[in-house]
Amino acid sequence: MEKPIQEERKAFLTGNEVVAWAALVAGAEFMYGYPITPQNEIMHYWTRLAPRYKRGFLQTEDELSAGFTTIGGVMGGKKAFTATAGPGNTLMQEPLSMAEMMRLPVVVVVQQRGGPSTATVIYSQQEVTLTTMGGNGEGLRIVYSTSSHQELFDYTIKAFNTAWRYRFPTFVLGDGYQAKMREPLTLYDPEARGVAMVGTEPFVGKEGVPGIERPPAQHRNTFSLEEELYEKVKTDAGDYEKIAPSVAEYSSKYTEDADLVILSHGVVFRAVAEAVGSLREHGFKVGFFRPVTLRPMPVGPAREMAQKAKKILIAESALGQLARLFKEAAFGAQAEIHTLFKPGMGITAEEVEEKARELLQ
Amino acid sequence: MEAVRTEMPAPAMPRSWRVDTKPHKFCPGCGHGLVLKCLGQAIDELNIQGRVVFGCDIGCSLLSWDFFNIDTIQTHHGRTTPVMVGLKRARPELVTIAYMGDGGGYAIGAQHLVNAASRGENITVVLANNTQYAMTGGQMAPTTLPGQKTETTPYGREPETTGYPFMGPEMVAAITREGAYVARGSVANLRQLKSYIKKALENQIAGRGFSFVEALSGCPTNWRTNAAETWDFIEEEMPNYFKVGEIKASAAAKKGEEDG
Ligand SMILES: Cc1ncc(C[n+]2csc(CCOP(=O)(O)OP(=O)(O)O)c2C)c(N)n1
Ligand code: SF4
Ligand SMILES: [Mg+2]
Repeated sequence: MEKPIQEERKAFLTGNEVVAWAALVAGAEFMYGYPITPQNEIMHYWTRLAPRYKRGFLQTEDELSAGFTTIGGVMGGKKAFTATAGPGNTLMQEPLSMAEMMRLPVVVVVQQRGGPSTATVIYSQQEVTLTTMGGNGEGLRIVYSTSSHQELFDYTIKAFNTAWRYRFPTFVLGDGYQAKMREPLTLYDPEARGVAMVGTEPFVGKEGVPGIERPPAQHRNTFSLEEELYEKVKTDAGDYEKIAPSVAEYSSKYTEDADLVILSHGVVFRAVAEAVGSLREHGFKVGFFRPVTLRPMPVGPAREMAQKAKKILIAESALGQLARLFKEAAFGAQAEIHTLFKPGMGITAEEVEEKARELLQ
Repeated sequence: MEAVRTEMPAPAMPRSWRVDTKPHKFCPGCGHGLVLKCLGQAIDELNIQGRVVFGCDIGCSLLSWDFFNIDTIQTHHGRTTPVMVGLKRARPELVTIAYMGDGGGYAIGAQHLVNAASRGENITVVLANNTQYAMTGGQMAPTTLPGQKTETTPYGREPETTGYPFMGPEMVAAITREGAYVARGSVANLRQLKSYIKKALENQIAGRGFSFVEALSGCPTNWRTNAAETWDFIEEEMPNYFKVGEIKASAAAKKGEEDG
């Protein structure tokens, strides 16, 4: 079939449009979804692009259904995904707990909005705990937090590979600001860049008559014995731990000699990177540390940084959701921890810089 | 002299059943096994074992996750319909069957049943109506009969405060278009129930749209009934509210009835 993107090209798009293109070039075959701001345009672009490339779409009755139909598509062996936000993400956690239990490579794009409840639609980082830990269970999932449109593109593609390679549900965590804003980026076909796309395999509806030509493929999520469940969770958690070091990603700069390291993720990282650049120009010993995967956390590097740094400033558009993940990763480190928490509010480079200067006095 | 039989013949099991998981896990006298016998026979007769995917709900239907020699997905309470919808959309060549209880279909998963039916999703839903939540110990369901005692209606269901029994097939028939197949059978008439399920599957295979069969089913464990009382409830009490028969069938499906 014709590739959606033949040659690399520059584009100036909204984040939601970027996600639709990324899913398309990643070979996603089906999107199931339910409208919610700020992710709507992912569906809008997908429904415009999909028929041209013979991809499917189903608008479901709610996010429970969007999640469970995505599971159906994935179990049929198709690269399927959904997108949601806020209260929709809350509902999405029921199907995602089943995906976690059954090790299903479901891909979900979350464009965070304010919370709790219906709240606001543009800007927030308040779905970190929900997305990383999910519902009942142990949070065995992978969460990429993007901070630019190029990353939205790169990590949406990557999410499909991660999900199908490791068979853990995988999330791309953006936010309303990234979703709606326009930004330049380069669109490309992953295979043309040497990124091989991981193949799919049906969980059910396999070749051959079950019971005659092969055993039936039977998947369950209920166990009658505690021991059975214990074994299952231990095995999955063991698998997760094993892959965590190769899945975890982060970026950091100037942390070696820093008096202050600023920790952030996602869209807030943009402000932090700018603030750190400016502070360095003014001679301040400031660095940044930014986990790209919030689950698994880059535990080793985070701890190492926290052992070296004198002070750490955690900046996030939430009341400590990133901070909780970080403190767990860096438990025992000596650095003084300071915070700039603005739940549901944007954080500017100026604010970060001002707070940093205060801490460095 | 005639040869003397030394062994009892094994009870005839549908070919599509998984022999190594029998005897099944349902209580003695449970209706689920009978519904699944009809389903197994229908699958055998249509010779579709190689392209069926069976989905079971949470409720006593979960016990059927390894019941058939058929690819199977056990889902969540009420969510079997969307899982099968998603699968069918992605793999239209498969025959997808969503199996659930009355609580799963009419209470927690009602929005999925309503919308799958109204969108005309080309799947088959088979629902065992045992008038209560069996797996959780016998609480009231939307289908509980007026006056019926359950754990949450210990003095009997009062319609004034808790409503009247949910008429599932009638509702599905009302919201589906021509081409849908909707029937209510009973474990008291297995031949008829099998023919309804078979026609529902044929409807899906022909791509005519949503197909739905409710089966009146028994739960002696939670009803606390002996065999005679169980059959009496299924045959005498339940039909007072739940009329057995085909509620919506295209001319083609009706013809199947005459032929079969
Ligand atoms: C979200 C959720 N809520 C509640 C339950 C508990 N639960 C398990 S089975 C069940 C009722 C089953 O009743 P029904 O669907 O009629 O099936 P039956 O057991 O009667 O065959 C309930 C409420 C659950 N598993 N999941
Ligand atoms: S509790 Fe009732 S419905 Fe469940 S297996 Fe036993 S008899 Fe069947
Ligand atoms: Mg029931």
